[in-house]
Parts: sequence; structure tokens; C-alpha cells
Amino acid sequence: MEKDQHTHIVKYKTYVYVLIALLFMTFVSVAVTEIDLGPYTVTMALLLASIKSVLVLLIFMHLKFDKKFYGIMVASVFLLLACVIVITFMDYLYR
Amino acid sequence: MNDHQVHIDEHRDDEGAKTGMWIFIFTELLLFGGLFIAYSVYRYLNPLAFHLAAEELDTTLGTINTVILLVSSMTIAMSISAIQYKNKKLTLILMGVTLLLALAFMVNKYFEWSGKISHGIYPGSMTLQEASRGELLFFGLYYAMTGLHALHIVIGMAFIGYVMHLVVKNEVQHDNFVILENSGLYWHLVDLIWIFLFPLFYLIT
Repeated sequence: MEKDQHTHIVKYKTYVYVLIALLFMTFVSVAVTEIDLGPYTVTMALLLASIKSVLVLLIFMHLKFDKKFYGIMVASVFLLLACVIVITFMDYLYR
Repeated sequence: MNDHQVHIDEHRDDEGAKTGMWIFIFTELLLFGGLFIAYSVYRYLNPLAFHLAAEELDTTLGTINTVILLVSSMTIAMSISAIQYKNKKLTLILMGVTLLLALAFMVNKYFEWSGKISHGIYPGSMTLQEASRGELLFFGLYYAMTGLHALHIVIGMAFIGYVMHLVVKNEVQHDNFVILENSGLYWHLVDLIWIFLFPLFYLIT
């Protein structure tokens, strides 16, 4: 049935836990940039942002509970974006 | 007419509606992705100017706006559970809270931008014309990217407001809420973009 995807109801509690994790990572990334880690500051901030976005995609945007095919599409778009970023930077770093 | 008959008579395709929303979200991701690449390349070419310019931005204000958006993302996600539990009142409260938080974000943005403008930092200002090329690029990208993001907030508010109207009229219910899911997806996209805008502009200096 087409309504299969709607049978799963995410508990309120799950969302609260995800929010706490997201807020925690936000404050960690703010704290990390206050103390100077040199070149690792950028890496750290972007790594935390990536983990946060995966949490938002999986839980808030229901990719974890929806049909696999949505997840595959989203992953492909991010892969495409990553390829474009890598190719652009190869051009700028080695020209 | 009982509930069962309504199901049979209705012509709708929830999966198609949701897939369409996702495809639209992909175009948005690529739009902002392009801007992120432009930002990264110019940052790589003008590291010192970007470092100096980024120090002008208020991290506290940025952090407050991040918290606001994360909480609003949770409330709109919860409203989908609430409608599935057939709790119309809670659905409307959660959507209302999302709208109020979005408004708070915009008020913050107003103060942030007006602060910058009063310091003479705005596109085409005398201060920026005398500044270095790197600083000009930083603030150009800052206004373009946070401005485009703020425009998305306004559109998201209109979308959620419209769906609230449908919930009030009982046109969105526990077995027919794909438009609420889609407005939620759009709102999470806005949150997702901010998750990357925040460290790039406010944190990495």
C-alpha cells in the first residue's frame, strides 16, 4: 500500500535526543574555534557540521524510516557535490 | 461516508509528492553548493582578508540563530508525529512555535544586518570600496548567502503558515499529511544550509 511509509510514527523523545545532540555539537564547535587548533579548526568545524547534517537528514527528514530509495538519491546528490568540490580544488591547487 | 471509502475515492500519490519535494530540495542543495564552492575558492585565494573580515561577525548572534533554527526544526518534525497521533491541537501549537522561532531568527538577522550597515559595511558602500578585494568578496558572499538563506526562511514561513491553515480546515489529517511532511522537509533544508553557513562565516576566522 502507498501508505506504508506513513505507518512509522517517530516518538517525541527521539526528536528531543537528536536536538540535544545537535545543540551539544554546536556548542562544541563554538568552543573548539575559541581555542586555537591551527589548521585543525576548519577540519573540526566542518566535521561537526557534517555529523549534524547527517543527524538532521536521517531523523528529522525521516530518511532512516522512509524507503531506501530516498536515501540513495540523497547520497548520490551529496556524492555529486563532493566530486564537483574535489575537481574545482584540484584545479586551484595544482594549476 | 466512512473513512474507508474516502481512501478508495481519493486520487493522490503521497510517494510522488514526496519524491517531487526531494528533487526540488536537490536543486536547492546544488544552488547553495555552488555558493559554498565560490566561498571556499575565494577563501583559499584570500586567506588573510577573509580572516580579518570574518572577525567582524558576531559569533554570539550566530550561535543564538543556530539554536533557534535547530529547535524550530525539532518542533516541525514533532508536528508530523502529533498529526499521526491525531492530536490536532498539538500539531498546530508545534507549527505555531516553529513560525515564532522563524520570526525570532529574522528579527536577529535584522539586528545583525542593520548593525553591519550602520558600520558602513554593505554592498557598494564607501567603506567596502576602500577595503581590499578579499574583504569585498567576503562581505559580498556574506550578504548573498545569508540573504538567500533568509529568503528561504520567509518562504518556509509562508509554506508552514499555509499548511497550518489546511490543518485548521481538517484538510491535513492523520492519514493525509504529505503536504505537512513536505513543508517539514523544506524547513529542514533551511536548517541544513544554516548548519554549514554558521561555521563557515561565524566560526572559522
